[in-house]
Amino acid sequence: MTELEAGRAQTLAPVRNGTALHRYRDVLIALIAFAVLASLPLFTGSKALLDFVIRCSAYGLFATSLNLLVGYTGLTSFGHGMFFGLGAYSFGLIMQKLGVPIPVAFVATLAITAVIAAIIGAICVRLKEIYFAFVTLAFQMLIHSTILSWASFTGGDQGLRGGIPRPVFLGIDLANHVHLYIASCALLILGLLAMRQIAQSPFGYTLRMIRDNAARASFLGIDVWRAKLTVFVLAALFASMGGMVMALFVSGAYPEFAYWTISGEGIFINMLGGVSTFLGPMVGTVLLLLLNDTVTRFTEYHGIVLGVVILFFALGLRKGLLDFVAEWFAHRRDAGEGR
Amino acid sequence: MDLDALAGCLASSACLVTQTTSGLIIGMLLFLVAVGLTLIFGVLKVVNFSHGAFYMFGAYFAMTAYQLTGSFALAMLAGAAGTAILGLIFERVFMSRVYGADVLMQLLVCYAFVLIFDDVVRIIWGPEFKSMGMPSAFQVMPLFIAGGVVPPYYLLLIGVALLAAIVLGIGLSRSRIGKVIRAAAHNPGMVSALGINTGLIYGGVFALGGMLAGLAGALAAPVRSLTPGMGFSVLIESFIVTVIGGMGSILGALIGALLLGLIRSFGSLGFPLFTEGLMYLFMVIVLVSKPTGLFGKEAA
Repeated sequence: MTELEAGRAQTLAPVRNGTALHRYRDVLIALIAFAVLASLPLFTGSKALLDFVIRCSAYGLFATSLNLLVGYTGLTSFGHGMFFGLGAYSFGLIMQKLGVPIPVAFVATLAITAVIAAIIGAICVRLKEIYFAFVTLAFQMLIHSTILSWASFTGGDQGLRGGIPRPVFLGIDLANHVHLYIASCALLILGLLAMRQIAQSPFGYTLRMIRDNAARASFLGIDVWRAKLTVFVLAALFASMGGMVMALFVSGAYPEFAYWTISGEGIFINMLGGVSTFLGPMVGTVLLLLLNDTVTRFTEYHGIVLGVVILFFALGLRKGLLDFVAEWFAHRRDAGEGR
Repeated sequence: MDLDALAGCLASSACLVTQTTSGLIIGMLLFLVAVGLTLIFGVLKVVNFSHGAFYMFGAYFAMTAYQLTGSFALAMLAGAAGTAILGLIFERVFMSRVYGADVLMQLLVCYAFVLIFDDVVRIIWGPEFKSMGMPSAFQVMPLFIAGGVVPPYYLLLIGVALLAAIVLGIGLSRSRIGKVIRAAAHNPGMVSALGINTGLIYGGVFALGGMLAGLAGALAAPVRSLTPGMGFSVLIESFIVTVIGGMGSILGALIGALLLGLIRSFGSLGFPLFTEGLMYLFMVIVLVSKPTGLFGKEAA
């Protein structure tokens, strides 16, 4: 594209052409990222490193999906972890009890998540701010309590044990560590790409408008309730994907996956990495997991260390790391243009 | 599910009395924690996620004071006064920096302190379960009311909590300080313009909230086991109470706490594994039918 064309594209139809351009760029970035991740086993035999990436995939999908709610729509969900747990349990139970092929269980889990998220979302998104936060928290704990008390079905506090069967499909054997690793990376990249498309679509901009001024969005003829419900269900699907990756990784599902602390960690990850950049939650995920792994190695009092780090972000930076970096670059650019 | 046990209990006066008293002490302790939470939210507009830690500190302070002095009254005083001071420091040094900031930032600061406080307790008092033990003055025969067993300590606990509720209610509605606090909750800018130090009021309210939670912890110390992280379940439950009752409403906190206490106590008979679930279910039902809680004012 010539400079002239680029200039015209920007002035005439900034959003439409801009998004088309961005889409190709995003797909390219995703392909490169996947290629880099997928070639990792060629260079290293470190199982720990691959495990780390798998865990990052699970939490990254979850945290990024939470950011669709928190950062883009302004819906602070305290119960987003319920869909992480729901994904892990549904997938695990379907595989254990029905013995269907993995892709079937995958799609079925997404369908179950969508239905439950639609019901819970329809109740929750009517409420505002702190009430939304608490009602989602209550649903989270309701699901947690159900998992604990319905022991004959879910295994109660023991969790889904006995392993999740992982039959080979399309030549992919998820019982093989490298296969599982590449599948996790693929799910992560596909999920991120899909969420990126949602965030950059006209619907994504509708969400930002709702976040900034719901009343104005409503005056412009947008059905705010429906838009919020839609993003609630979409975010739930990606969180559920994260849960499935986790279930495959640990070959089971445990009540902690559905406990409120997962939601708390998700919020924390978002704050750590930054909520106003798309990749902020991914950065936060890597940071938190690294932090957790290293701190627990050095001291049993990792709460204090983690707490101090959080305080540094909350009181010192007052924003997530990637937000901070992005703003720093923006300042530098502005200063450069001003000269 | 064990509905027969529940029905059997409802038919027996002895069981009814026992379960109601145990529901009342749960409710009263929850009320003390929740009323502090609701007061802090009402005046400072901050959701104090670290409030459970004050309950925990209250219990540990009381236990230590009791072991050192052997006096139950001093133990209660240590629990309440210690957490009041802690609350004041915490508010002035940390929370006051995030007023008006994003709700997420406030929550994050509190979350950080939940982690830090739990570890501090672990370092000072050790990770294992502790128990304060029942003071000898209360190691007497339980009372029998309509065949139900009621330990005298329970009556003291309910009485102290009730007294606190009454003093707080009257203090807020009648006294000058109470009026200033309510004015500050309503319009801090105006109160500040009238030459009243709002920072002092904020600190005071936080200290008061911390003190009430600490008192609850101290009162609970003889009947519960103490462990780092004990504040957390109490925190979640008192959140349910404030949300059910309506954020910022003291009467709501009282009614919500008593309802929750009774649900816990009777629910544990009928639905032993799903008792917690019942509370969350109740919260969902209340919030769906009335989003601002039972006694909450409509959001402006």
